[in-house]
Amino acid sequence: MQDMLRRYGLGLTLTICLLVAFWLVVLVIVPNITLFEQSFRPYLPVVEVGGPRDTYSFNNYLKVFDGLVQKSLFGISFMIPVHVYTFGLTIFYSMLVTVICFAMAYPLAYYMAKIVNPRSLPTLILLLFIPLWVSEVLRAFAWWIILAFRGPLNALLLWIGAIEDPIRWTNMGYTGVVVGLIYTYVLFMLFPVYNAIQSLDTNQIEAAEDLGAPWWKIHWRIVLPHSKPGIASGSVIVFMLSAGSLLVPSILGSTTSQWFTQTIDQWFKDALDWNTASAYAFLLLLLCTVFVTIAMWVFKVKLSDIAK
Amino acid sequence: MHKFRQNLAHLYMLLFVFYLLAPLVVMSGAAFNDSKLPSIVPWKGWTTMWFSEMISDQRMMLAFGNTLWVAVAVAVISIIVGTASAILINSVSGRARTVLYGMMISTILIPGIVIGISTMIMWTKLGGALFGPGGKPWPFIPGLHLSVLGQVSYIAAMVMLLVLARLQSFDSGLEEAALDLGASHAQVMRRILLPHLYPAIGAGGAVAFFQSIENFNVTQFTRGGADTLTVYVFSKVRAGITPTINALAFLLIVVTLLLAVLYEVNRRRRARIEAAREAEARRAEEALLI
Repeated sequence: MQDMLRRYGLGLTLTICLLVAFWLVVLVIVPNITLFEQSFRPYLPVVEVGGPRDTYSFNNYLKVFDGLVQKSLFGISFMIPVHVYTFGLTIFYSMLVTVICFAMAYPLAYYMAKIVNPRSLPTLILLLFIPLWVSEVLRAFAWWIILAFRGPLNALLLWIGAIEDPIRWTNMGYTGVVVGLIYTYVLFMLFPVYNAIQSLDTNQIEAAEDLGAPWWKIHWRIVLPHSKPGIASGSVIVFMLSAGSLLVPSILGSTTSQWFTQTIDQWFKDALDWNTASAYAFLLLLLCTVFVTIAMWVFKVKLSDIAK
Repeated sequence: MHKFRQNLAHLYMLLFVFYLLAPLVVMSGAAFNDSKLPSIVPWKGWTTMWFSEMISDQRMMLAFGNTLWVAVAVAVISIIVGTASAILINSVSGRARTVLYGMMISTILIPGIVIGISTMIMWTKLGGALFGPGGKPWPFIPGLHLSVLGQVSYIAAMVMLLVLARLQSFDSGLEEAALDLGASHAQVMRRILLPHLYPAIGAGGAVAFFQSIENFNVTQFTRGGADTLTVYVFSKVRAGITPTINALAFLLIVVTLLLAVLYEVNRRRRARIEAAREAEARRAEEALLI
């Protein structure tokens, strides 16, 4: 701080501190505190806000446990609150998306880092970046066209004779959502993993080859451990974006797929109950924090590594 | 065997690129199909009618304008705040640095929907507390200005990271020298530090601009009645869609491609110049040795 005063003088230092305070306090901390505070208040008509009925309680959070529905899994049927069910499925499918993204991105990341001719790498990266520049809503919309009942995918499959009747892709539970999320976010896995593998010394791989290691063992013992920070940051980003996505589940979801963000959206926009929406939003934030913490602990990486 | 695996890898790369680009081709193709629903099958003949319909779509043009000014505002504020934060982080150390840095980074990880709702609630509640439930004045009502603030709250962190990376290569001895030679603090900032940061600030501005255009979650919860392009496309997809969206998508993709090609040509030219220079240097060295 002393150093900063000496270098930039009082006026500039003060300006800088004020700007940072504006960002962190006005735009981040206070809104989140407000969200937290509101989540404990009941939803009341405007005139009753601040009145005797406006007291703090956990009622908004307890709404998660309302409305039991019957579900069955592996032949066992059980009763479960509908929002808990949605919450669980959101986490499950977000993890599935993360795993599939990793499976798809890892070979290409390795290819980009170690196999491809370095001179054509910039061109390849540019090609891969194109879908990233086209906005998320259009990427989801593209799959909406492809998966349509009379769309090109069904037409293609019918033409090569893989199926006899067209399939309603967007009416098969979470299929559309998962397909859309993978397409939208796979690049967020690719680039961190690529960065990590790139820093691996190729000599290590060659040494292992010379010593007779089979290819899978090279990956398992050398490349994968080395790329752990990249995998961790890619996984965290993909999981968070998937679990927090509202666009893709709304466009590609079916009648039987409900994403937790859609539940929050309904509380906020349809029920106009901002307090319960706050409580649910806070639950989502909590889930994400827990997930990031676990991921950092399992992979033994720091927050600053993820941000790269 | 090695050769075979190599070919397999090339094949996988081609498949992956196809997987990424094919949906965009399908979407663009549907813009030219003379069919009421956006699709490429069945093909009903070429038409450019969806482009003229897109131009006459007032709401879409309005949304387009909104998107642009929101993106510019987000980029400008993010650059100012992000650069200031990077300078601050670079000047403090120890615990304060860890805490500040952690807080800044964690904004990227907050789900957009949480940012949207919290920003909306804070500003409207604050307005309610200050002016009562009746007529709240401008900054306290829902609208795109709240979307700008919400988006800045995490996009500033991205700018901060880019600028901070650039600051690592800055020699603070230059600042010392300028101060010793009698430069004022403002001069040091304007003539020495900022010029060094310009590449990172430019990149940060571009990132912020595109992130803002992409943004849906924050905008959806704070926009009030106004549209941005993303929100407009979203509402169209849900409530009866026409291929005007495809026409728009096609234009966006074409612009992206043009920019990409331009960048690539420029990069190749620079690489060639660089290679020529290196060869020149090598020749000169050899000549010296002889």
